[in-house]
Order: sequence, then C-alpha cells, then structure tokens
Amino acid sequence: MPTLPEVPISLYFALSAILFTIGAIGVITRRNAIIIFLCLELMLNGVNLAFIAAGNALNSLDGVVFVFFVMTVAAAEAAVGLAIFVMIFRLKGNVNVDQINLLKG
Amino acid sequence: MIATAFSWLVFIGAGLVAIVAALLMVTRRNPIHSALWLIVAFFSVAIIYLSLNAQFIAVAQVIVYAGAIMMLVLFVIMLIHLEAEQELTSKKTSAKIIGGFITIILFLEIVAAVLSFQVTGTKGPFTPQMLANYGNVRSVGMVLYGKYMFPFEIASILLLIGIVGAVVLSKRRKE
Repeated sequence: MPTLPEVPISLYFALSAILFTIGAIGVITRRNAIIIFLCLELMLNGVNLAFIAAGNALNSLDGVVFVFFVMTVAAAEAAVGLAIFVMIFRLKGNVNVDQINLLKG
Repeated sequence: MIATAFSWLVFIGAGLVAIVAALLMVTRRNPIHSALWLIVAFFSVAIIYLSLNAQFIAVAQVIVYAGAIMMLVLFVIMLIHLEAEQELTSKKTSAKIIGGFITIILFLEIVAAVLSFQVTGTKGPFTPQMLANYGNVRSVGMVLYGKYMFPFEIASILLLIGIVGAVVLSKRRKE
C-alpha cells in the first residue's frame, strides 16, 4: 500500500487564491452594493485561509491571532457599511453602485 | 495513514463545496440566494480550519461570520426589499469582460507565486501535539493576551467606534 503524503501547503494557498479571485471577479462585475459587500467578505475569507495554513505549517499561532483581528475589522465594516447602504437606499431608492454619484454635484 | 487519507478527503470535499458555493454566490441574481450560498462557503472554510488545527478560529468563523454578520446582511436585504429589484441589464458588458480577464491574470500570478514558493522560517513552539495537550483556546489566549495585548485593546476600541458609527449613520434625522 503506497503511503499518502500530507496535504501540501501550496494546495491550501491555491484554494485561498481561488476563493480570493472569485470574490474579486464578483466585486468587479456585480453592480449591487450588497453583493459587492458579500464578495468582499469572501475575499477576506480567502486571505484568512492562507494565514491559517501558513501558521499551521510553521507551528505558530500568530496566523490565528491575525485572523482574529481580520474578523474584528470585518464585523465593524459590516455594521458601518450596512448602515451606509440603508442610508443610501432611503435617499435614492436602490443600492446600484453605478447610480451612487452623490458627490458629483 | 488513515488520518492522512481523511485529511485529504476533508480538504477535497470542503474545498470543492467552498468553490462551488462561492461561484453560485457570485452568479445568483437574488441577493438573498447570494447570502445563503456565502454561508455555505463560510461553513466549508470552517471545516478546513478544523483540519488545520485551528479549532478556535473555526468556531469563531461560524459564530461571527455565518452567524452575526450574515444575519445582519439578511436583515438589511429584507429591510430594503432588494429581492424585488432585478439587476439592470448593464450596457457595460465590455467593462465586465475586461475586469474579469484582468482578475484571471491576477489569479494566474498568485498561482505562479504559490508554485515557486517554499515555506521557510523557524518553526514556532505550538506543535499540534502541544496544542492538543495544552488546549487550543488556552494557547490562543496566551498569545492574544500576551504578545498581542495592545493590538487587542485597539481592536476593542475599533469595535466600539463601529457600533457608534452604525447608530449615528442609521438614525433618522429630524428636519
């Protein structure tokens, strides 16, 4: 019976890159502000996966602590960002990012 | 041997579920379907965290992301009644194609970097054996409240500012 190697860290990095890219494509191609926000969360998740994989490969807990801080920032961003979306919806009736040009005068 | 085969199985299964859920999340028209598929992706990434000896982060991912943040997003989608609105058929399909193409190039660059990359550096003291003996959450707490004490306090101030900002922004102003 051949011995199976451990899952190499580059595969975890590749999965992280795939998730990040799917999120980035969503941010670029979608026009709905809430879906853009969801894609941003997916990109953060891809980066978190890379942190955890590297921390596990190096027997270090610093990656876990960094992911903890990324989660903190994501929670604060969600609260403020969704409040801004609600405000823009009250003002314009939709959250299409092509029509949010309030500073254009 | 059995443990290694199991970790391959978990990685392939959870990874495929995460990728498919992410693709469905990006392509759905209805924002509520997008949010629900994103929750599926978050859960499968949490399973991968478990196989990487990061139990604390796996639980925090389910509670904070899949629980708190996505519930907030679903409430906002419900409140501003987005599901009725069809996304406008944009005239700018060329912009989308160019943007997608550039992002694919970015992906190929990341993959090239990953393939030519060797993990170097001195290994830390937190081996899986030590984490299992001492306790994952306990070890994370030791690092978080020791080496990262000051950033932790700053993060709590950031959360407070986030709460205040959300309340101030969404308060209806009296004219």
